Amino acid sequence: MRAIWIAVLGAVLTTGLVACSSTPTDEQAPAAVEDRSGAQGKPEPSSGPIAKVDVTGRGISGPDPAVKTGVLAQRSIFYDLDQYDVKDQYRQLVEAHARYLRDNPGRKMLIQGNTDERGGREYNISLGQKRSEGVKRMMLLLGAKEDQIESVSLGEEKPRSEGHDEQAWAQNRRSDILYQGEY
Amino acid sequence: MNIIGRMRKLLAAFLLCFASAAAAQLVVEVTGAGAQRIPISIAPFAGEGALAQSISSVVRADLERSGLFRMIEAPAANPPLTESSSVNYAEWRARQADALVQGSVAARPDGRLEVRFKLFDTVKSADLSGVAYTMTRAQARATAHRIADYVYEKLTGEKGVFSTRIAYVVKRGNRYELQIADADGAGEETALASFEPIVSPSWSPDGRRLAYVSFENKKPVVYVHTLADGKRQVAANFKGSNSAPAWSPDGSRLAVSLSREGGSQIFMVNPDGSNVRRITQSGGIDTEPVFSPDGQTLYFTSDRGGSPQIYRMPAGGGEAQRVTFEGSYNVSPRISPNGRVLAYISRNAGKFQVATLDLASRQTQVITDSDKDESPSFAPNGRMILLATVNGGRGVLSAVSADGRIKQRLSISAGDVREPSWGPYTK
Repeated sequence: MRAIWIAVLGAVLTTGLVACSSTPTDEQAPAAVEDRSGAQGKPEPSSGPIAKVDVTGRGISGPDPAVKTGVLAQRSIFYDLDQYDVKDQYRQLVEAHARYLRDNPGRKMLIQGNTDERGGREYNISLGQKRSEGVKRMMLLLGAKEDQIESVSLGEEKPRSEGHDEQAWAQNRRSDILYQGEY
Repeated sequence: MNIIGRMRKLLAAFLLCFASAAAAQLVVEVTGAGAQRIPISIAPFAGEGALAQSISSVVRADLERSGLFRMIEAPAANPPLTESSSVNYAEWRARQADALVQGSVAARPDGRLEVRFKLFDTVKSADLSGVAYTMTRAQARATAHRIADYVYEKLTGEKGVFSTRIAYVVKRGNRYELQIADADGAGEETALASFEPIVSPSWSPDGRRLAYVSFENKKPVVYVHTLADGKRQVAANFKGSNSAPAWSPDGSRLAVSLSREGGSQIFMVNPDGSNVRRITQSGGIDTEPVFSPDGQTLYFTSDRGGSPQIYRMPAGGGEAQRVTFEGSYNVSPRISPNGRVLAYISRNAGKFQVATLDLASRQTQVITDSDKDESPSFAPNGRMILLATVNGGRGVLSAVSADGRIKQRLSISAGDVREPSWGPYTK
C-alpha cells in the first residue's frame, strides 16, 4: 500500500510540476517540492463557510385557562428509578385529564417523558418515551382518543432540578402534560 | 534502516509503553502521551512573521497534540531557514532531532502567498521532499494543518486528521449552539443557535451536512443541515420522538430511531424525509443505529434482552445478534473506520466509560478513567476517539487513543460542551 503511495507520489513529482532543485544535500539527491498551486492543490480551508441559523426567537407558549384549575392544573407524574408505569398516587390525576379529553374531543395534549441525567442521552430519549407512552396508554383506556394525544420524550435534556443527587433525579424522572396552546 | 522503518519501530515501541508525560498548550491539554515519541524539529518558516498566524507553530502544536511527536527546538537562524537552505544533518542529529521541517512564506505577484516546505530525515541524511501551497492569508491555519498531515503521514505511515473538523454542542445558560471547529478546537463557528436542546450531530460522509436532533418544537425532530448555506430539511418529524440519526456510508440514507408506531424502533429514511421503512421489530427499545463502514451491517442499542446492550443486524433488516455481553449497561455503539473495533459506553460500578471491543478477538477494554463519558466518536483514521465527559462539574470534550494510552482534554471557557462528532476527511 505504502509502496503504491510512494509510486503515485513519484509519478506526480515527475509529471511537469515545478521542481525545486536548489536544495543542496550532502548525501542524497534532493527530492522535488511538489507544486500544488494549481486548482487541485489549492488548500481548501478546513473551516469552510458556515451559515448561522438562529431559532432562539421561537417557542412562545400561550395560556389555556380551562386546564389551569383544580386537578387539571396538576401536570406532572413522577417515577421511581428504572420505573415506567404510573404509580397509584397519580391515578386520579391521569383519570381527570383523560376525562377532560373525552369530554372535549377537540382538545389535544402533548405528554413529554423525562429521565434523570444518568446514562446515554439517546438511550434516555427512548426511556423517556417509554414513560410518556405509559401515560398515554392509560388515558386511551380511560376514553381519550388516539388523535388527541402525542407522547414524546425529552430524555435527560430538560431537567426540572439541575442538581446531581437523588433528590434532583427524583424531580427529573417524570412525565409532563401540556395542552395545545402550551407547547 | 530508513527513517520510515525507524519511525515505525519507534511507534511500535511507543504503542507498547504506558506513559504519563503531560503537556499543556492552548485549549487542548494532553494528559497522557507515549514515552517514545518521534523527535522532530519544525524550524520557523522564513517570512511567516508577516502572517497573523505562524504556520510553523500550528504544525508544531498539531504534531505534538497527536502524542506521537516530541518537539525539538530549532535554534535561531539568521538568515531564517527556508526549504532550500542547506541542512547540516550532523548538527540536527546532535540535537537529537530525527526529522526536520524547513519552509518559507513568500508573497506572489497576484497578492496571494506561497508556502513551501521540505521534510528531512536527519538520521539518514535524506530529503523526503515537500510541497508548495498557494493560499490567501485567511488560509494560514488550514495550510498549516495540511503540512502537519503531510509530515504525520510521511513519518507514521498513517493518514493525519489535522485538517478535519469536529462538531459539538455548547450549552451556555439556556442557550444551545451547534458548533463546528477545526480538529484542534480552533476556528469555531456556530451552525445553529437555539433555546432548546440539540443532540446527536452526525456528519454526512462528504462532510457538507450534519444530521442532528433538535428540540426546538418541544419534541425531538431529526434535521439535515447543509453547513455552507444553513439550509435545513426535516428528515424525520413523525408523531412521537424522532432521534439518533446515522448516515449510510454512501450518504443516501439515514438510520433513525422513531416512536411513530410505539416504542423506539429503527427506521431507514432518505435525508429529505422520504421513503420511510421500518427495520427493527421488537417490543422494546431499539435505538442508536450506526452503519458498518461497508454499509452492510447496522449496530444498535436494544433492551430486548432485559438490559441495554449492543446488537447487530443486516442493514436491510433481519435477525439481530447480541454483540456485548459484559455488564448490564452498554450503549452508544460506534464502529472504527476499518470496521474492526466497536467503541461504546459501558457502565461499570456506576461509572459510564468508553470501552472498546475487538470484533475478531472479542477482547474488551475500558479505555477511559473518567466516569460520565458519552458520545464516543472515531477520528477518520481510527487512532483517536473523541468523547464528552464531565470535569469539575462542567461538560468537556476529551480524546483518547483507541488503545487508551494518549489522552487529551478540550475545554471551552464558560460553557458546557457535549455531543462531539468527528467529521470525515475533507477533500
